Amino acid sequence: MDPYSKRKKELPERPPESTRPSPFPDEVLELVLGLLKSNKDRSSVSLVCKDWYNAESWSRTHVFIGNCYSVSPEIVARRFPKIRSVTLKGKPRFSDFNLVPRNWGADIQSWLVVFASKYPFLEELRLKRMTVTDESLEFLALNFPNFKALSLLSCDGFSTDGLAAIATHCKNLTELDIQENGIDDKSGNWLGCLPENFSSLEVLNFANLNSDVNFDALERLVSRCKSLKVLKVNKNISLEQLQRLLVCTPQLTELGTGSISQELTERQYTELENTFKHCKNLDTLSGLWEVMTPYLPVLYPACTNLTFLNLSYAALQGLELANLLRHCPQLRRLWVLDTVEDKGLEAVGSNCPLLEELRVFPADPFDEEIVHGVTEAGFVAVSYGCRRLHYVLYFCRQMTNAAVATIVQNCPNFTHFRLCIMNPGQPDYMTNEPMDEAFGAVVKTCSKLQRLSVSGLLTDLTFEYVGRYAKNLETLSVAFAGTSDWGMQCVLGGCTKLRKLEIRDCPFGNAALLSGLEKYESMRSLWMSSCNVTMNGCRLLAREMPRLNVEVMKEEGSDDSQADKVYVYRSVAGPRRDAPPSVLTLSVFTEGTSPKCRRWGCNPYFCDMDG
Amino acid sequence: MAYEGDLNLKATELRLGLPGSDEPRKKSTPSVRSNKRASPEISEESRTRSNSSASIAENGDRDICAPPAKAQVVGWPPIRSYRKNCFQTQQNEAEGTCMYVKVSVDGAPYLRKIDLKVYKSYPELLKALENMFKLTIGEYSEREGYNGSNYSPTYEDKDGDWMLVGDVPWEMFIYSCKRLRIVRGSEGRGLRH
Repeated sequence: MDPYSKRKKELPERPPESTRPSPFPDEVLELVLGLLKSNKDRSSVSLVCKDWYNAESWSRTHVFIGNCYSVSPEIVARRFPKIRSVTLKGKPRFSDFNLVPRNWGADIQSWLVVFASKYPFLEELRLKRMTVTDESLEFLALNFPNFKALSLLSCDGFSTDGLAAIATHCKNLTELDIQENGIDDKSGNWLGCLPENFSSLEVLNFANLNSDVNFDALERLVSRCKSLKVLKVNKNISLEQLQRLLVCTPQLTELGTGSISQELTERQYTELENTFKHCKNLDTLSGLWEVMTPYLPVLYPACTNLTFLNLSYAALQGLELANLLRHCPQLRRLWVLDTVEDKGLEAVGSNCPLLEELRVFPADPFDEEIVHGVTEAGFVAVSYGCRRLHYVLYFCRQMTNAAVATIVQNCPNFTHFRLCIMNPGQPDYMTNEPMDEAFGAVVKTCSKLQRLSVSGLLTDLTFEYVGRYAKNLETLSVAFAGTSDWGMQCVLGGCTKLRKLEIRDCPFGNAALLSGLEKYESMRSLWMSSCNVTMNGCRLLAREMPRLNVEVMKEEGSDDSQADKVYVYRSVAGPRRDAPPSVLTLSVFTEGTSPKCRRWGCNPYFCDMDG
Repeated sequence: MAYEGDLNLKATELRLGLPGSDEPRKKSTPSVRSNKRASPEISEESRTRSNSSASIAENGDRDICAPPAKAQVVGWPPIRSYRKNCFQTQQNEAEGTCMYVKVSVDGAPYLRKIDLKVYKSYPELLKALENMFKLTIGEYSEREGYNGSNYSPTYEDKDGDWMLVGDVPWEMFIYSCKRLRIVRGSEGRGLRH
């Protein structure tokens, strides 16, 4: 019996009891399963039997779709009728670095149209790397009366006009979180579009908008919204204005300041200091744009309970960071710029024993003449002081195998190890050898490693190590590395839990690509650009594996036989129909595809949506 | 395997072997691809440079070690466009709280960058420059410039003129200084006359 047809007849009522005697009525099962929050658990539960599959489908309220093209909105709606919260990710991650053509796709509109009909009660939408137009934002605002929370990260295609539409029409808005997007900042008074009596906001983040907002409207808004927990303003908000906002919001748990560069009188300074003294509930602090060092101490009283400090837009020196960190005893996560240099990182090691995550971003990534920033010494210093460190993102200009070996010896619990030696293909600067042993040490020592980004001069040996030891690895990013197909083959053959593999500028060709034939259906996606893969190799892959979408992005003027950029991903929705002309979808089927590639074999229990 | 003949792999082969490995390294032939394939050139460059810079490292001058990339590669280093644009704007706005200027020294292969806002006076700045480049600059005098050493600090001001460091008040200096150059020998003294 096909569960879908049963549902169609009986929607939206509850289904009758199944014919097989079951220990629980369906309602009880749904109630119980409704308590499950983890999507992994829910996926496991759905595989037990048909009853559990159905109960899980009916009780799920949040769906996470890691690749918007792996499934269609119709399929999602058919399986999960009661969704109130959707998280969607679109473009391949390398689109963040301009490697994906502009009109590639991942447009939210087609999803919204289906949701308007199937999920009119939708409350939350969280999007990452999707294209979102102003029209879509307006459509969202007008068609979902219960809509509460919008979060956009690394999206593009919209302007402040779209935000104005959301502000105007979403009467129940609790969250507006706009992060690091390619937004057309037309300014305009989008914030002022929130109605005068509107008071339900809990999260407001416009830190990455460059234009001015109407401060009076903001101040009135903030004083009305008694439940406001998260406020992140942009750099145009001055210290004095910030102080006026903070007076209304002692209950804030996350604060993103504006710029800390206004000239203050002594009285103003004292007032500000007092205001920050009252921000005792802060666990997250960010912003600090254009920070003027003498004013940093006003923040100290607010740092007592901080667990996350994001200084990645504040060009602090080592000493300034050291002074600040002395006031942050509870710090778990720290993001900084490499202007703090090794001295600053030594201070991290000395002052942050509870640190779990460190990200060091480069202030001057493209200026070749610069020779400062952080080195291996800074990283080693952190590892001696912060034994609980498990997440690192580190941009540097020099590294040694010995340093990395020491680091992982001190901190064997890495789950995320992302090391970017900024000069492509650079060896160990002291021994002149490849960095193979560094990453070998990482994978041998850190058995819990889930995510790895490698860099520097690397031979196939690195990938032999990865394949042999990184048994929990889920995401691997590779650039300018490897010697031959063998490297990639080791990874595909050895990393049993691999879900995402992204490769650029490596000497891996068709043999490597095709060695993963069986593997790609258990992965979310594969990206290969500027490698040695040809069109014929891709066609073969598409022919052998009809349930994969194989897409090739051609560069202008490149050789016809080269597959410049290849994106391969599993999908239950078949080849996509919205690809622009620069994206070739390789499929063994012609247009109007046969049903064979739509259904997932004969297995109705397979759900791709969580991976 | 059957597909190898079909795919004619040899014709499209591009290998990045290490120097001294068996397979000879072939450069990419279609000219348009060399734009996209900056990496073989970069890797080769950085390997030869790192040979020389490794010996510099042994001499204890750890600062000058990282070989600079010659060409800028698309999408590298992997920084989100948002962050990239943010910092380029911040640096273009020279007033504000960071005032990084480039410093070159005659005879040194690499430039440095310093934040003028960190220093409160000329003596502090000059001391820092002396430490950074391991040289002596000597005492400033209005009449004779920098006596007692071979080096004179000069700077390019907003009008594009090269001036001797120390002539104008400190506050005026940091706002008009665009870059620094430490000249050797008689060149600096020439500014005086």
